Amino acid sequence: MTSIESQVLQPYKYGFVTDIDSDTVPPGLNEDVIRLISAKKGEPAFLLEWRLKAYRHWLTMKEPRWANVTYVGIDYQAIRYYSSPKQQKKWDSLDQVDPKLLETFEKLGIPLGEQKRLTGVAVDAVFDSVSVGTTFKETLAKEGIIFCSFSDAVREHPDLIEKYLGTVVPSSDNFFAALNAAVFSDGSFAYIPKGVRCPMELSTYFRINASSTGQFERTLIVAEEGSYVSYLEGCSAPMRDENQLHAAVVELVALDHAEIKYSTVQNWYPGDAEGKGGIYNFVTKRGICAGRASKISWTQVETGSAITWKYPGCILQGDDSIGEFYSVAVTAGRQQADTGTKMIHIGKNTKSTIVSKGISAGRGQNTYRGQVKILKGATGARNYSQCDSMLIGDQCGAHTFPYIDVRNSTATMEHEASTSKIGEDQIFYCKQRGLSAEDAVSMIVNGFCKEVFRELPMEFAVEAQNLLGISLEGSVG
Amino acid sequence: MLEIRGLRASVQGTEILHGVDLTIRAGEVHAIMGPNGSGKSTLAQVLAGHPAYTVTGGTVTYEGKDLLGLAPEERAREGVFLAFQYPVEIKGITNAYFLRSALNAIRKHRGLEELDPIDFIGVLEEKAKAVELGDEMMNRPVNDGFSGGEKKRNEILQMAVLEPRLAILDETDSGLDIDALKTVANAVNRLRRPDNATLIVTHYQRLLNYITPDFVHVLADGRIVKSGGKELAHELEARGYDWLRPEAAAV
Repeated sequence: MTSIESQVLQPYKYGFVTDIDSDTVPPGLNEDVIRLISAKKGEPAFLLEWRLKAYRHWLTMKEPRWANVTYVGIDYQAIRYYSSPKQQKKWDSLDQVDPKLLETFEKLGIPLGEQKRLTGVAVDAVFDSVSVGTTFKETLAKEGIIFCSFSDAVREHPDLIEKYLGTVVPSSDNFFAALNAAVFSDGSFAYIPKGVRCPMELSTYFRINASSTGQFERTLIVAEEGSYVSYLEGCSAPMRDENQLHAAVVELVALDHAEIKYSTVQNWYPGDAEGKGGIYNFVTKRGICAGRASKISWTQVETGSAITWKYPGCILQGDDSIGEFYSVAVTAGRQQADTGTKMIHIGKNTKSTIVSKGISAGRGQNTYRGQVKILKGATGARNYSQCDSMLIGDQCGAHTFPYIDVRNSTATMEHEASTSKIGEDQIFYCKQRGLSAEDAVSMIVNGFCKEVFRELPMEFAVEAQNLLGISLEGSVG
Repeated sequence: MLEIRGLRASVQGTEILHGVDLTIRAGEVHAIMGPNGSGKSTLAQVLAGHPAYTVTGGTVTYEGKDLLGLAPEERAREGVFLAFQYPVEIKGITNAYFLRSALNAIRKHRGLEELDPIDFIGVLEEKAKAVELGDEMMNRPVNDGFSGGEKKRNEILQMAVLEPRLAILDETDSGLDIDALKTVANAVNRLRRPDNATLIVTHYQRLLNYITPDFVHVLADGRIVKSGGKELAHELEARGYDWLRPEAAAV
């Protein structure tokens, strides 16, 4: 083994299980389970109908297997589709939440208690399928901003939900989106009124806890004309031998001159060194730049999951709209990733930027799949794509599948790609100058990722860098 | 400062050094010359701790410490510097950032405060001026797209900033034209102090016209077969290495 690969794997820090009473539905999926979920949440009739329609459509669909990843099939009847921590009543204040839950989030670095909550960041904490609480709701409400759990939004703002739900990712979009539409549990909802610049970061932290459950969140963010919001999603899960499915759907809607910045720092349990266990992260995320000069940026740092399969994309419908995708995806151990983006240019003078950094180590397999589609009416469209891969050690792989479909001759496309390796020679050079191997790798990898880290909200850039260091610790020595 | 006794080393199972003896004292400049394949670069790499080489015998004492027992980064922090023959490229990191990180690692080891980017630039400019090397390379990624001459100059500039006690120059003159050679030699000369030492590994005598050594050694077939003063270099230039072969066999 080379010195690069000889260090012992550092254990996943968030692999603990919270011992708490949970209200869980037995495994299996049928119309009754869906009615049960909807009833538990006290949903209006339109939503139950929407779920059932999605479920019936899902039954006609086949699970797609075209991604460049290998996994044992999922038994959909063995999954529990609902689990929520038992709470005696609906809490008015976060301080009344079950202390074990508060402790869990504190251990994860997301303190919810009054004294220690992150200032400048409003947090919606989701434990298994249920939102445990949201901080700063009242402060935000003063500006007319709605930030709450999806379930609360369904009860308190059904009109908004009915207007926008499924308009960006319809249930029929794909197999996992249909499944999500049928059984989605919770997630976040944010609505920013006209002309308002959201004064703080909005963030949701998802924690999977119960075993044999799937997590199907649904997030919807709507930014009215001239508004701005920066949103961050974080996640982790316990270490288990089984694989758990995480099939979320995120929909973003940006109207005229509005901007949504959506950042994800994903650290789901990646499975052990043999590839056993770990989360299957199959998500559909899409934003529509519906308005003129609207802008949506996706920034993701994906370090966890056994398998990551997602293509956050933008539909650039409004003239002069802008879509951006910045990604760092790490596959170490035996992780696999097939991720990238879709940029669909429809309006005039639209612009998209893609910067994808893939890091493979151990036996990780990292695939970038990107689609840039310029439709006939998209005059003056511009796209810049850059895909860089870094290989650490000689057992991993990096693959790139760019799809470029241009139907307007005034479009400008630029595509750059590079592959590099961290070699023993580079590590030795750094060591000979006094740097340890860990510092050398960290420096080289951070240099590689800096264009993406620059796009993260300041509070989370440091966390992302640390996470990257931790994820790679097992692979380099 | 450095005492090598009976050093044996091999790479991929083949023994290259068959028992090298060498003593270097503070303030001295030693040159090692020798035919191709004699083990000159191997000696340099083994002293720096390159993982590809296995030491199979002998000892190396550096400032009273067992050098072979220290990891490469520890040797560096103790003041051992290797100017590589083929400096490697590291994209994505600027020379300035790299050098500042290295300097801070060494400063930390010496109990000194780490330098922030602004203080570092001050130190860098001062050192660059002292050795008459430009610092325009500092904002470029480490050795990325550098010409041979630029890479060698970069090595010496790093040396100026890190202030090693023992500097090992591994064929620093290879691939350099006369002007580049003079610039590099000038810098090395300006870094000489009574408390540091330099070991120059070179194939040609040319560099030694500009850096005057105190001692010249010939390494042939994995052993030092002859040592002398600077005149030995001229003799080798005139006669080649073959005349030493019978002497080598006798050793």
